[in-house]
Amino acid sequence: MTLAIERDQTFLAAIRRIADEVAAPNADDVDRNARFPVETIDALKAERALSALIPTELGGGGESLETVADACFELGRRCGASAMVFAMHQIQIAAIVRHLDGAPWFEAYLRDVAEGQRLVASVTSEIGTGGDLGRSIAAVTPVRDGIVSFEKQAPTVSYGSYADDLLTTLRRSPDAEPGDQVVALTSRDQHRLESTSTWDPLGMRGTCSPGYVVRAELPPVQILPTPFAQVATQSMVPISHILWSHLWLGIATDAFDRARSFVKAQAKGRPDQLPPTAVRLSQLMSELSLLRAEVRNGLREYVEADAEDRESLSTMASILRFNNLKIAASEQAPRVCQGAMSVCGIVGYKNDTPFSVGRHLRDTMSACLMVANDRIHQTNASLLLIAKEV
Amino acid sequence: MSDRQDLTRRIRQVVGEHGHLPVDIATIDDDTDLFQAGMTSHASVNVMLGLESEFDVEFPDAMLKRSVFESIGAIRSALEQLQVVAA
Repeated sequence: MTLAIERDQTFLAAIRRIADEVAAPNADDVDRNARFPVETIDALKAERALSALIPTELGGGGESLETVADACFELGRRCGASAMVFAMHQIQIAAIVRHLDGAPWFEAYLRDVAEGQRLVASVTSEIGTGGDLGRSIAAVTPVRDGIVSFEKQAPTVSYGSYADDLLTTLRRSPDAEPGDQVVALTSRDQHRLESTSTWDPLGMRGTCSPGYVVRAELPPVQILPTPFAQVATQSMVPISHILWSHLWLGIATDAFDRARSFVKAQAKGRPDQLPPTAVRLSQLMSELSLLRAEVRNGLREYVEADAEDRESLSTMASILRFNNLKIAASEQAPRVCQGAMSVCGIVGYKNDTPFSVGRHLRDTMSACLMVANDRIHQTNASLLLIAKEV
Repeated sequence: MSDRQDLTRRIRQVVGEHGHLPVDIATIDDDTDLFQAGMTSHASVNVMLGLESEFDVEFPDAMLKRSVFESIGAIRSALEQLQVVAA
């Protein structure tokens, strides 16, 4: 076994242990009280999992994207909200690692993340942009010598109050066009969050994602050198779709496992007969395999394309590919959870049985609105007019 | 007028017609970043379609990316690569 594979497997074993021993026992309480999964995130910090994607030369774990995707899957099986916080943090880290372009400030920052296991959240959506992440209203605004500021109205900032740092998309300057965006990193002592809404959603309740007005002052060196358009197409969007879909697959897999335990328990009660739900479970397995195939293929294709020629990730064919991963996985995951509920019947519907899948269903129903599928279809529809092979 | 000038003129015409720029195409230099000048992603697709019909070409997938259409000059290089000669 090579050193890298051994390292990845040790890391995954630690994540599985956290998922089973910390995330799982707290998942219902996190969900019921819509509270931040603090125990799980603390355990992940203790394992230095927040710097998994940071290269070893900058003090991080140097894990591969595949390993982090597997970690999202494992956490998703035990607590969807914990997995989502973990995934969103890794997306921000991946974006910085891949696009810092040798900027010394960002290299030093990544060392700080590894050293202090800092949690990073993102402020990408904005009121007034119609859900289009490729447009901003808030702008980097000069204040005085060496200091810029911004004020952004965000309809939702996941775990904003619990994050050490925020990565915010902004127009490059007050006179820049809406699509001319950059990303700025600010730490807790540089930004203030003014809460503008409550948080009592259907699912993914532990992500604690109310709206905020975010105000910050920062030196311009904390703006990532690469334009956001490139960060988004080559990294932030496809990696979001890959990591999200892995945790949705995790949630759906656990719903399937619960349905399977239910059918098994029924079969044990009547050993001479195939339980009537057994055929349904078999049908559900094929739905789950479709989801798994799309999710695993999406990851593999991304890693291969990235290794071969990162520029190819900017093509429309590539944008369509990873948008489609998101749409397919976000529609299929709740379908599997609903199928699991119909296998389990009332004991699946109830919130307090070993076969409960209500949380799974509610959590995966958030998938189609995390960047609304309608918005993604709109983009795809436009790209399909011109793309050749898809 | 040289072939190259004529090619540039026709590109400008397509970008002016389909790019939905907030400014007059005449104020755009050959190396001005069209996206920074306000061309949206959706408008850029229309520019690509417009160029395909104007020059009777098909851009292969590898060329269908933002950087290839980010300026008049970049579009001209792409078309020259496809060996489009100005009529």
